[in-house]
Amino acid sequence: MDIIIASFLEDSIVPKFNYWIYVILMMIGLYAMITKNNLIKKLIGMAIFQTAIILLYVSVGVKADANIPIISHHGEKDHVEHAQNENLDSASEASSHHGSKKEHHVIDKNKFANPLPHVLMLTAIVVGVSTLGLALAISQKVHGSFGTLEEDEILDQLRPGGYD
Amino acid sequence: MIWQFDIIILIFLVVTAVIALRVKDLLGASMVFGIYSFLICLLWAEMGAVDVAFTEAAVGAGVSTVIMIATVFSTTRRSKD
Amino acid sequence: MKFFGLLSVIIVGFLLLSATKDFPNWGDEDSPANSGPVSSFYIEKTEEKTKVPNMVTAVLADYRGYDTMFETVVIFIAGIGIIAVLRTYGSNESIPKNQVGDEGAGLLARMTCSLILPFIQLFALYVVAHGHHSPGGGFQGGVMLGASYILLALAYGLARAKSCFSEKRTLVFAALGIFIYVGWGVLCLVMGSEFLNYSALDSILPGGVEMARSHSMLAVEIGVALTVTAIMFSMFSNLSTKGRLDKGL
Repeated sequence: MDIIIASFLEDSIVPKFNYWIYVILMMIGLYAMITKNNLIKKLIGMAIFQTAIILLYVSVGVKADANIPIISHHGEKDHVEHAQNENLDSASEASSHHGSKKEHHVIDKNKFANPLPHVLMLTAIVVGVSTLGLALAISQKVHGSFGTLEEDEILDQLRPGGYD
Repeated sequence: MIWQFDIIILIFLVVTAVIALRVKDLLGASMVFGIYSFLICLLWAEMGAVDVAFTEAAVGAGVSTVIMIATVFSTTRRSKD
Repeated sequence: MKFFGLLSVIIVGFLLLSATKDFPNWGDEDSPANSGPVSSFYIEKTEEKTKVPNMVTAVLADYRGYDTMFETVVIFIAGIGIIAVLRTYGSNESIPKNQVGDEGAGLLARMTCSLILPFIQLFALYVVAHGHHSPGGGFQGGVMLGASYILLALAYGLARAKSCFSEKRTLVFAALGIFIYVGWGVLCLVMGSEFLNYSALDSILPGGVEMARSHSMLAVEIGVALTVTAIMFSMFSNLSTKGRLDKGL
């Protein structure tokens, strides 16, 4: 029975569970941006929305048994042995590539996570914090001229018949 | 990756996101948002995106929490929702 | 408003949830993003062509140099925008009561900060310089260096931090970072190659074409770090004082 539950988890919950949570986080952020009354709360919702998108992007580059995308020279012996085994399997190729075998060992691309989404999202995070700072500056300016951060009170003051 | 660890962090992420949006005190909301950033940083380190995790630890949990608290101190702590 | 917000969130959420079943499985090695030629090229050829073990740094600073350059420009523009929105010169209004004076934090916090600040800054410089071999790079090191000045401002007051890193110096550093980045690209043009094609610099940098690319990445990361440091500190100092730059948090 335990095995059945475990296999059910592994087969149907685990492969998609992350995506469900990302969608839930994104919807929490969207709901906060639409309905929250306070400007700071709206900005927190915007940041949550943004992190959900970044999570989706980074998780696209995940491989099941991959390492971090930094080539380590400590495990060089393993790589060389791996390359030699491959070359033993195909002896004709080994003889043709004999000269260049020592210079660079074979890099298995399934051993490393995909670096491209990491690069794109790394810059997106730093740009995200600078735009968050700009938004906070504008909300400080709003507080300076209206005395409040609540959206409905600002709208009351902006209305033609409002108390101002 | 370890999927049990993954699921625990993801559930905590949703919980902290909801708390950060429901707390009426804006200072508390900013602090909970810092916790959210740290959990996301853990998640990225666990996915193998070490550079992204490092950036998030420095930017999301450090600087963005600080500038949010600076704004809360120079405006108001009170929030109606 | 709440009802319509909830309704639209539920509809969009349902659509997105039903779209997740078309996604590749978690950790799928053969998904289109992972098996495409671009990322395979980055993983297999980066170390051979640039001698940089950290692929993220290599792709960030070399293969996608344009992207990083304009992201840095976006950060610069956001910092200038904060100054344009908030900064006020001249007459000081009365300072609100919830802001403490300029004496900073208590004795214990000050002593701790003075002990750990040099190490934070040293580690930030290490992160910038060692980003080729370990996680790190210009963005992370720059943010950490900016955070060290923010810590100085929190512990000793903003006046002390401004005596190290004045507003004018902040703006000069922010512009200098972008100038280093773009100037390095123009240097490649002068050497007779494309903009930001670092392999043209092997005649003036030691160690052959691969090491020229590696060293150029370091120069570019230093430019990014300068801009990010300056903008992070300027952002904090403007936001915590409402643009008056007199009394900090």
